[in-house]
Amino acid sequence: MQIPCPYCGTRSHEEFSYGGDANKSRPTNPEFGPDWVEYVYLRTNPAGAHRELWYHGAGCRAWLVVERNTLNHVIGSVSVLERP
Amino acid sequence: MNGQHFSIFSVLRQALAGQTGWQKMWREPEPKPEYDAIIIGGGGHGLATAYYLAKEHGMTNIVVVEKGWIGSGNVGRNTTIIRSNYLLPGNIPFYEYSLKLWEGLEHDINYNAMVSQRGVINLYHSDGQRDAYARRGNALRLHGVDAELLDREAVRKRAPFLDFDNARFPIQGGLLQQRGGTVRHDAVAWGYARAADRRGVDIVQHCEVTGITVKNGQVLGVETSRGPIRAKKVALACAGNSSRVAAMAGLRLPIESHVLTAFVSEGLKPLIDTVITFGAGHFYISQSDKGGLVFGASIDGYNSYAQRGNLPTIEETCEEAMALMPALGRLRMLRQWGGIMDMSMDGSPIIDRTPIQGLYLNAGWCIGGFKATPASGFSFAHLIARDESHPIAAAYRLDRFATGRLLDEAGTGADVTQH
Repeated sequence: MQIPCPYCGTRSHEEFSYGGDANKSRPTNPEFGPDWVEYVYLRTNPAGAHRELWYHGAGCRAWLVVERNTLNHVIGSVSVLERP
Repeated sequence: MNGQHFSIFSVLRQALAGQTGWQKMWREPEPKPEYDAIIIGGGGHGLATAYYLAKEHGMTNIVVVEKGWIGSGNVGRNTTIIRSNYLLPGNIPFYEYSLKLWEGLEHDINYNAMVSQRGVINLYHSDGQRDAYARRGNALRLHGVDAELLDREAVRKRAPFLDFDNARFPIQGGLLQQRGGTVRHDAVAWGYARAADRRGVDIVQHCEVTGITVKNGQVLGVETSRGPIRAKKVALACAGNSSRVAAMAGLRLPIESHVLTAFVSEGLKPLIDTVITFGAGHFYISQSDKGGLVFGASIDGYNSYAQRGNLPTIEETCEEAMALMPALGRLRMLRQWGGIMDMSMDGSPIIDRTPIQGLYLNAGWCIGGFKATPASGFSFAHLIARDESHPIAAAYRLDRFATGRLLDEAGTGADVTQH
């Protein structure tokens, strides 16, 4: 599996670290509650299109948002994660 | 009980009859419109659940539905290792119960599963790791489970072919569980299927569940590719597909699906007479009775339902193999295959009720579900039949992620790539 990095070009996925589901959003509420359980532990885990984070640690060190099909590992769009 | 009993006499009788009298090991029934319980997933855990429901709880009006053929998933895709050398109090009694069921399994189900207690040696490569393994061994012995800390020479006696003086990872010794070993994995699926079928359980293959019917918080049955089936109890044993099936009932699980690759080498004469794990990485190897070396390492580390991994993991597995046992470099790899692991967020399984009445969940086995097959089926059957957890599986609750009662063997948190 190769990931086309917007900065570095197409590289083997071993240069990257996996950051998991990109659709999760960190709760703003500082108190532990159901929203934190949801954020830390629950996953949609789809079979098919998955929006996910990859960190290019052995390259440009950017966090990327990759759309990848979990059924066949085919990668669609790749973009740089925007800072909040 | 229906069907043929296997024994030395049946073998001799068939030898004289020219092998013409063997019966099919299980029926191929059409699904009935209604059952007392439906088990989704005809893998090891689902079939074992069906068997123990029939045997221990007298529930025989039940069906196992499987989208492919039985044993086409992870029960036929693992590296066949059994052991019970866990660390945490919630895990040790469960896996030890499983090992005890393995020890009596073949007589129980009248099927040769080639259970071989050839021992499992977890190697250690540093003083710190030795101490951690000593602690694990002590925890095991306090639970009445066998464990023996071997020094370097004792390991060398059992496995002289290892690279003891590896520059980075010299082998200092190992933690041995002699009662661990290997089991012929396909035979586990077939044996449980046959034993369940003989007690009247329907096993319906090529029957994919496409929906779960829920009304007023109570499960009423499933929609399948072969029509609807009604039941007041529906049990999920779907391994890597647990999230997909649970989503049909509107549930989100603390699970990610990841691919794990297993490997087998070309066949060779007897070389490794035990199971050896590499402590400086994550690598395990044994030899099948056909002669092939069976080995594996870690998951690829990204969500996948593809049943095939990628080259970097294969390369890393081979590097670990070479660091452990340089002679392996002379071997050719025969093939490799991927299985989809239901990686739970604390590395331990879930055997529990769900918020939906009558819907039961058995999932989250991570990379270690095969060894758990008998106890998983045994305790899941107890849960389904009696609506309460069996004591050995009492810690495997679905709500532990909210209550904080996690079972994190590795102590690495909610990152499934670290489990």
